[in-house]
Amino acid sequence: MFGYYLDLALRSLKRNKVLTALMVLAIGLGIGASMTMVTVLHVMSGDPLPGRSGEIYYPHLDPLPLDYHKSEYGPDPGVNFSWPDAMALVSAHRAERQAAMAGGHLLVKPERTDLRPFYVDGHYTTADFFAMFGVPFVHGQGWAASADGAREHVVVLSETLGRKLFGSADATGRMVRLNDTDFRVVGVAADWRPQPLFYADASARVFSAADQFFVPLSAALDLKFDTSGNVSAWSSFDGDMKSPTVTWLQVWVQLKDSTQVAAYRQFLIDYSTNQKRLGRFERAPGNAHLYGLMEWLDHQKLVPADVRLQLWLALGFLLVCMVNIVALLLAKFLRRSGEVSVRRALGARRRDIFQQMGVESMVIGLAGGVLGLVIAQVGLWSVRRRPDDYAHLAQMDPSMLIGTLLLAVFASMLAGLLPAWRACRITPALQLKTL
Amino acid sequence: MQIQPVLSALRRHRLATLLIALEIALACAVLCNACFLIANRVGLMHVDSGVDERSLATISLTGYDDAKSTDLNARVTSGLRAIPGVQSVSVINQVPFGEHAGTAGITLDSAGKQFGGVVDFYVAGPESFKALGLQVVEGRAPSSDEYQPLQQFVPSNANVLVTRTLADHLWPGVDALGKEFWCDKFHFRVVGVVANLAKAEGSEGGPSTIQWSVFTPAQPGPNLSGRYLLRADPSQLWRVLRDARAAIATVAPDAVVDQLQSQTITDLRERHFRQDRVMAGMLIGVIVALLLVTALGIVGLASFWVAQRRRQIGIRRAIGATRGDILHYFQIENFLIVTFGIVLGMVLAYALNLLLMTQYELPRLPLYYLPIGALILWGLGQLAVLGPAMRAAAVPPVVATRSV
Repeated sequence: MFGYYLDLALRSLKRNKVLTALMVLAIGLGIGASMTMVTVLHVMSGDPLPGRSGEIYYPHLDPLPLDYHKSEYGPDPGVNFSWPDAMALVSAHRAERQAAMAGGHLLVKPERTDLRPFYVDGHYTTADFFAMFGVPFVHGQGWAASADGAREHVVVLSETLGRKLFGSADATGRMVRLNDTDFRVVGVAADWRPQPLFYADASARVFSAADQFFVPLSAALDLKFDTSGNVSAWSSFDGDMKSPTVTWLQVWVQLKDSTQVAAYRQFLIDYSTNQKRLGRFERAPGNAHLYGLMEWLDHQKLVPADVRLQLWLALGFLLVCMVNIVALLLAKFLRRSGEVSVRRALGARRRDIFQQMGVESMVIGLAGGVLGLVIAQVGLWSVRRRPDDYAHLAQMDPSMLIGTLLLAVFASMLAGLLPAWRACRITPALQLKTL
Repeated sequence: MQIQPVLSALRRHRLATLLIALEIALACAVLCNACFLIANRVGLMHVDSGVDERSLATISLTGYDDAKSTDLNARVTSGLRAIPGVQSVSVINQVPFGEHAGTAGITLDSAGKQFGGVVDFYVAGPESFKALGLQVVEGRAPSSDEYQPLQQFVPSNANVLVTRTLADHLWPGVDALGKEFWCDKFHFRVVGVVANLAKAEGSEGGPSTIQWSVFTPAQPGPNLSGRYLLRADPSQLWRVLRDARAAIATVAPDAVVDQLQSQTITDLRERHFRQDRVMAGMLIGVIVALLLVTALGIVGLASFWVAQRRRQIGIRRAIGATRGDILHYFQIENFLIVTFGIVLGMVLAYALNLLLMTQYELPRLPLYYLPIGALILWGLGQLAVLGPAMRAAAVPPVVATRSV
């Protein structure tokens, strides 16, 4: 029966080309606009560490004084860690692996005379960082935990920076001059670019940033390297980054299973209780929290308000398009009352009529979906040309391609429901008389 | 032409009428709010920076040794002054639409209990006040002995100028001159009020705080170096900036020019609002597409009704109706449907606005958007129905005599 209905649908659609074209155009525009924004949202909320994200957690402590009032627009100082808290968490070794880190922006002075000094972004971190996040290495490896304690001047370069400075040769063992200090290269990491750069501070351009270097946090602090992230103080700040009232560090931990998670959560609460007893923390120890990686990204609200607004606009537009199609399909189906009555008189059940109309809606949806794909590609192309941080990510993957077609078919069949229901309720006798 | 027969005909097509009206209602709601969003963005984009943008450019240096900053300032200022066409060179910590450097919270008492707000401190050396072209509306410009040396990012005890908006916010209804405020242990006294001086990166703090700036005179030195304000005639500014970048390589080979920040203020402004422009463009795109789809829906339904009523039209024509009567019939029908949609749409527009107000920093939708939206939709409806209505008017009376 499906083949027959398909044939009927195509004939009916061909009979009134203008109306068909209008409906296909309407659904195509609506689907195209919606899928453009859904795709942008999809790529922005992807998993930055597939296969590993389930084991990565972000602890949260609440060291802020009771009378601290957060600016609605400014950064939240409670998101980051102060040096004493971060070091306490890292040195406690209560998790499988743990690392503290902060973003940095350093001047590279190349040995090559044909290169002018230039700035690169990277992170100051501790030894566990590489194993915890599974950073792949081309040459060498990360530094040992002892290098953190000894504040050694060692550096891990990205493949891109390594090639820029030393060509294709193995760079390990060579020296790099960063902000007037020589660092020994211990490893070259493959260009590893989690999207978004989840471990970076919220002020970073997390969708376009990529780290070019990693140096031990202790060495960076020793050399008074500036951090590129938010530095928030809630009592007088004289530039001492080790002050307990200045937050600027991020801490990530790796926990294997739910027992470890529960134990770590308890550890955070115990730590806060202890700090409160010592008079350092003023707020309830129960405010301490442990976020999963994806939960943390959600909490950080990485999707800009503009993108959400655009998504709502696009969906609103799709709704208008669908109402439009409902009206047009209703007109189209009711116009064929005569045909429907003849089929009913010849023994077709209401269900058959409903199916026939459903197939016709589906054909429109499919055609609209194909058109929507084209429009979405144009939309994504225009998004890629925007100046935004996330712009380069706007690409459709296979799941989005299939999603687009499915959404188009679903939307048009939904739009066809009411008209089809009306069409199958036509009373054949009345209509046949007028024929 | 009577409305009664049109209404009774529509009553027989209740569902289709309702759907088109609903579409118009949705279009009306989105149209009003999208226009409002555009107007807001455009308003933000036209913020008055308070400075003489067309004559100003900035050079930003990094990577030099902090200990040599006094020497660097001297070398750079004298080097840049030597460029032909330069009217003035001064040291400044930030410029409007550039990178912010002096953002801090202030309090109205020395104990730090009474929070005033987060403001931008423009810390700038001699000549800068005149170069910026700030307009003093109360009090006076800083005198030459008020440019004091800095130990930290602001002087510990300074006479400053605030903007009109900030003065009204901190001391509503009272004269701001002579008033004091604090930032941690730093103390400030207001000696003048300027008309406008926008925050460097305006967005932080919301649109209402965009003018919350403080002009703080200071001597260039270790805490005020690396950013230079150039003033030149607008027609020569481009060449001056290009020469200035080239000059840095010779007068300050130890420093790195921050290319992104070393621009004319006009270019910095352009880049600062790029995203808002994109968003406004996108909203215009949505409006156009929305109107197009709505028009297509009206055309489709009207065409269908014309075809369905071909025989009735023929009969009406045969018993004396003129072409104009038929044309008007469809026009009135469309007008009624659109009006119904608009009434519903106005309610929806307000509801949508309330929803947006909870999510984004948006004021209430001004009432005059509603009649404008209504006029646009009436016009659109009449335009869309014209084609099918003309086809209807062209139906010859002889159709009435044919059976089916």
